[in-house]
Amino acid sequence: MTQPAAQARDISKRFGRTLALDGVGITVAEGSTHALVGRNGAGKSTLVSVLTGLNRPDSGQVSFGGEPAPPVEDREAWRRRVACVYQKSTIIPTLTVAENLFINRQALGGGSLISWPRLRRRAAELLDEYAVAVDPAAMAADLTVEQRQLVEIARALSFGTRFIILDEPTAQLDGPAIERLFARMSSLREGGVTFLFISHHLQEIFEICQEVTVFRDARHILTSPVRGLSKEDLVEAMTGEASGLRTEGNRSPVAENSTPVLKVSGLGLPGQFQEVDLAIRPGEVVGIAGSASSGKVALGEAIVGLRKPVHGEVQVSGRRLRPGSVPAALAGGIGFVPQDRHKEGLVAGLSVAENATLPIAHKLGRFGAISPGRRRAVAESMITDLAIKTAGPEQDVAGLSGGNQQKVVMARALADQPSVLVLIDPTAGVDVRSKENLLDAVDRAAGSGTGVLVISDELDDLRPCDRVLVMWHGAVAAEFAAGWTDGELVGAIEGIGESSE
Amino acid sequence: MSELSAQLPAAKPKLQLARFRDLALVPAILVLLVVGFIVSPIFLTAGNLLDVVQQQTELGLVVLAEALILIAGRIDLSLESTVGFAPALAVALIVPASSHGLGVGLPEWTAIPLCLLIGALIGLVNGALILKLRLSGFVVTLGMLITIRGVQLGATGGQNLFDLPASVSYLGSATWLGLPASVWITGLLFAVGIVVLGFFRQGRALYAIGGNSDAARAAGIRVDRVVWTVLVLGGVLAALAGLLMAGRLGSVAAAQGQNMIFTTFAAAVIGGVSLNGGKGTLFGALCGVLMLGLVQNILTLAHVSPFWYGAINGGIILVALMLSRLTTGKAQD
Ligand SMILES: Nc1ncnc2c1ncn2[C@@H]1O[C@H](COP(=O)(O)OP(=O)(O)OP(=O)(O)O)[C@@H](O)[C@H]1O
Ligand SMILES: [Mg+2]
Repeated sequence: MTQPAAQARDISKRFGRTLALDGVGITVAEGSTHALVGRNGAGKSTLVSVLTGLNRPDSGQVSFGGEPAPPVEDREAWRRRVACVYQKSTIIPTLTVAENLFINRQALGGGSLISWPRLRRRAAELLDEYAVAVDPAAMAADLTVEQRQLVEIARALSFGTRFIILDEPTAQLDGPAIERLFARMSSLREGGVTFLFISHHLQEIFEICQEVTVFRDARHILTSPVRGLSKEDLVEAMTGEASGLRTEGNRSPVAENSTPVLKVSGLGLPGQFQEVDLAIRPGEVVGIAGSASSGKVALGEAIVGLRKPVHGEVQVSGRRLRPGSVPAALAGGIGFVPQDRHKEGLVAGLSVAENATLPIAHKLGRFGAISPGRRRAVAESMITDLAIKTAGPEQDVAGLSGGNQQKVVMARALADQPSVLVLIDPTAGVDVRSKENLLDAVDRAAGSGTGVLVISDELDDLRPCDRVLVMWHGAVAAEFAAGWTDGELVGAIEGIGESSE
Repeated sequence: MSELSAQLPAAKPKLQLARFRDLALVPAILVLLVVGFIVSPIFLTAGNLLDVVQQQTELGLVVLAEALILIAGRIDLSLESTVGFAPALAVALIVPASSHGLGVGLPEWTAIPLCLLIGALIGLVNGALILKLRLSGFVVTLGMLITIRGVQLGATGGQNLFDLPASVSYLGSATWLGLPASVWITGLLFAVGIVVLGFFRQGRALYAIGGNSDAARAAGIRVDRVVWTVLVLGGVLAALAGLLMAGRLGSVAAAQGQNMIFTTFAAAVIGGVSLNGGKGTLFGALCGVLMLGLVQNILTLAHVSPFWYGAINGGIILVALMLSRLTTGKAQD
């Protein structure tokens, strides 16, 4: 029998009060694509950091191809054995895309002097290969979230290692990009490359993986071939309870003739979107879908003031918002979840409670002083509502798992009972069960009269919407009332169901 | 596909500009040359310009050190105290008590290696406190600055050290191939720095660390080791600056290097080095140094009262910052 490509045994890892891994093991067979699933905070990314040598486990051993792993000091040796797309971005914003692709190997094996023209050429080739439309000389800081993710993937796959770990690579990608990634993975697999693949999109596990390991609460629950396993089995293993999945919310229908809470008229930002008109009534949930180049994210960002539109205006409850100003949008009654939770969503170094209550800090005490007791109480109710897994309200958000950080951002958006909610990819990286919690919270907000705009490609996010608009190349190309089928919506998103050109 | 290409993050013309961001200060320097020419006929003579360059070599070395540290995302305030302390201690270990030495009487030839070693040790201690004990770099180096300065004052009783070893005086006064030795040394070190930071993996690692140290670690860079090396190198460069200064002045003043850190930061930031790490070039920093030197020289030639130097220098720094903001179009931080 051949040695497993990678193996971890009896790994335990503790962060302060949190036991992140409790004697877990995993064996990834040579040449297979192995899935690792579990709820947010189950310990998946912690295992990844152990398998890539970024974290030394408190106990346990790692081996590659039967040989013990190198000491954690020897980063080079680790890099030869395993490449990884981490859940948290490892792009260096101050460097160009080309340099990021070849970071710490800029000389491309040709001596030790770097030739920048050669580096740019190789980068352009690599980006072409992955159909990433990015200028290699661009600063990484100027990339969109999707582009950054694609650069990370292209980089990890280009190392030529025999073992590659992908921690939620698809959470930020649109459909075609995911298809391209999977095609590339399967051709690498034919060449004998082994993958460890993490995702909360369970259908992807069934599509590309042969084996799956489930973690729950820092412990190993099961490892089994994917074939013969049903989605329900998987969810049960992850959550520990036999489950009916989400029952559709039962909001009362929106009053036809009420005045809109959010009114967008003639909004335009050259190169992103043009002439967008949109009205959302109180209690209405409207979805916007579209591919990465559709301009839907830019539209959302323009509405909440993260970008400054050139044409048109945004009104909330009849009052015009100052364009390009987040404070004006917040004061006007908008709550939002940005796409990039690290850049615009969270303040690392502050606690979960402080982050979640940022917009209502002024209401938590008198004369500008914040009462810690009240903040704690408010935060604790948010933590239960959204099932945020944390050591407590005082934990630093930087120590939360990716999905739980996303929930904190959501909690913040909901905190001030906004009259309009703008949610960009609200459930990115959130596990199947927590996703239901978040969508329920959105439902409750809508039930109390908030107008909600959900900007996402996730069909699960869009399903509860009263109607879904599809954007294509910067304009609204189609509209679907609730009750659409997956096929017609996906077709419209990819621009094949519509004659929009 | 036109929509797609419209989404490319950087259009061509912007890219061209970005490549010349390094040269942002060159126009300002040209303007200064013209102003200087109008102010005084002496200004544009080779002798005068050489004086300017020579006077800036000491600051230049400290700026080189600070720029390396800033690019790697750290900060070192103690450099200016090293400029005084390292040569002072080295000299005191050599010269007799009659010249205010410590009376240890080490051989003369040890002066230069000893001084550089002391600089390295200061960097080493800073590194240990910052990287091993995980203390704040700002506070550690501030504490180091105050301590070292205090030790120097206490030990020398505020007296200057005279009768420098010959090797030190030589460095401060020799000319090699028609140029002062200090100009050669500083120029060469900048050249090496520019090449290493521009074209070697080890140099690029500083940018990676300053830009996102977690990502740098994930990319296989030994972050702590590199940062520590840079801190030690910074100490050595500051000690070298101190040697040049002592040699040029013929003694080590108790206050040697005092307040130099302000000018150092001004030159680095004017030259485009970011206080947040990961951004800027050594060439830019060098331009910043030269610019400050030219301003100083013009003020002297124009017989401006020295009491006004501070105000004018400060004003020029602010204007230069605004200018480079305009030419690069990038927010500074
Ligand atoms: N640096 C840290 N400091 C403190 N706690 C941490 C740290 N890193 C992880 N944890 C904790 O360890 C647990 C496991 O986190 P991990 O990131 O491995 O989860 P995950 O399975 O990847 O979740 P997700 O699906 O949300 O990405 C979480 O409870 C998290 O709060
Ligand atoms: Mg994770």
